[in-house]
Amino acid sequence: MRVEALCKRFGGLIATDEVTFDVQSGELHAVIGPNGAGKTTLINQICGLIAPDAGRIIFAGTDITAMPAHARAALGLARSFQITSILPEFSVLENVALAVQARSGTSFRFFGRVDAEEALNAPALAALAEAGLESRAGVAARHLSHGERRALEVAIALALKPRLLLLDEPMAGAGHEETERLIVMLSRLKGRFPMVLVEHDMRAVFALADRISVLLYGRILASGTPELVRNHPQVIAAYLGTGME
Amino acid sequence: MPSGRHFAFADRLRTSSGAELTPILIFAALALLPAAAALAGQGHLISLFMRVMIFAIAALGLDLIVGYGALVSFGHAAFVGLGAYAVGILAAHGINDGFLALAAALLVTTLFAIATGIVSLRTEGVYFIMITLAFGQMAYFTASSLAPYGGDDGLTIHVRNTALGFDLLRHDQALYYVVLASLVGSYLLCRALVASRFGRVFRGARENRIRVETMGFDVFRFQLVAYAISGALGGLSGFLLANATNFVSPAYMSWHRSGELIIMVLLGGMGRLHGAIIGAAAFLLLEQWLSDLTEHWKMIFGPFLVLVVVFARGGLIGLAGELSRKLRRG
Repeated sequence: MRVEALCKRFGGLIATDEVTFDVQSGELHAVIGPNGAGKTTLINQICGLIAPDAGRIIFAGTDITAMPAHARAALGLARSFQITSILPEFSVLENVALAVQARSGTSFRFFGRVDAEEALNAPALAALAEAGLESRAGVAARHLSHGERRALEVAIALALKPRLLLLDEPMAGAGHEETERLIVMLSRLKGRFPMVLVEHDMRAVFALADRISVLLYGRILASGTPELVRNHPQVIAAYLGTGME
Repeated sequence: MPSGRHFAFADRLRTSSGAELTPILIFAALALLPAAAALAGQGHLISLFMRVMIFAIAALGLDLIVGYGALVSFGHAAFVGLGAYAVGILAAHGINDGFLALAAALLVTTLFAIATGIVSLRTEGVYFIMITLAFGQMAYFTASSLAPYGGDDGLTIHVRNTALGFDLLRHDQALYYVVLASLVGSYLLCRALVASRFGRVFRGARENRIRVETMGFDVFRFQLVAYAISGALGGLSGFLLANATNFVSPAYMSWHRSGELIIMVLLGGMGRLHGAIIGAAAFLLLEQWLSDLTEHWKMIFGPFLVLVVVFARGGLIGLAGELSRKLRRG
């Protein structure tokens, strides 16, 4: 995926200012920056919830800048949400099975019990197993704990068989132990498909990222390997501060 | 692994253990009613319950989109009216064939649902309610101004629809069973829809629309199809209503009627399908009974509806489930 000279204004505020970056196959590209730097606005433009004012987004060889969100998702652009976003009244299995369904044939099928379709249930259970949730398959998703909801998010993302996964602050609100668990889980997924990780937790970012782009006031301040970014004088001054070793 | 069945409805089933049994009992009772009414010499019950079932079909269609898609249509009476007018207008031109009238009723209501759905489904929540209300009123005033077809006064239909030239529906009994078969068919259709692939996407969009969109589903298209099916069920109800009453009038489309359909759905218990049938029965029977009791019956009926909607969130079904649970606990 490649983002070229993307711009977005909200009135006088420039939320995204000529942002250009790309994600190579198998790579985990982290986007970091202080609050209000425009990270979520950027992600929302990539997945199609906000239309950019200028610039292009190329995904899998196609210009998707004007595509609606569901069409981008159908191309393989999957997103995991900042505020964990699941279907609360659906069972855990049904949450994931719906994601499998999105990738397997038409859903304009009006007869036949969907919950008896083995072709949907088996991959869904496999994704749940990978996320460590298979024992909770029959539970309504609203009964899951905070950490389990995040795991469910990951299972949904896996079931979507993404060609690119956008992770929007997966560690937000997670405790120390949970963050460690998530880092392990994400490092296992790394390499299977490219990922864009927007994250505050520097430990997670430096543990996982192949490349890092630093966003400040809507602009890319620096972009490169973790080593390069860590030692970038402007990044240290603007964001990382002197506390980083 | 557990046979994936009932995962989605697990919680719902827990609240009403008789969820599978209740609809069967309802339909059995409705099937036996004409015989019982004849034995008891209460022939008028046939036409009363015919009316219940006809409105139950429209309420079922409404529950499909309100209960499973959170699409609160406040103009659903328009579909009933359009279906009825399809019968009336054809009859006014001497066309009495039932299959033709039914096809016309379904076609007109489906097209009306698609045309209005394309606009109204772009909105959500209160805006959706207001736009569907506006389209309903539009249909109402259009019907009122149809001078060749009776305008405000409506249109009397002199003969009931025939089936390939045979006068099958002349007797109320025969029409009663046609209505019952339509109700059972509509119920089974809705049940299948809700449990299908299509239904899962549609139900998911109620839970979290953006999530379902970002999974790759064009939610709008699913909602439009559901809205069209719901409208066509309204058309079926209108087709039967015109045959049952031998009369068509713009009043069938008034917003009061749309409101009554919503109340039926809420009264019985939203998102349960057979709740819509129970709601339609409770509403119409109570209305009948109270209006026989006193001329100020609306003073009792109104507060009663408010109490049920406020205190029994699951409608009458929810209330019954709660009572039986309390009784069992002792």
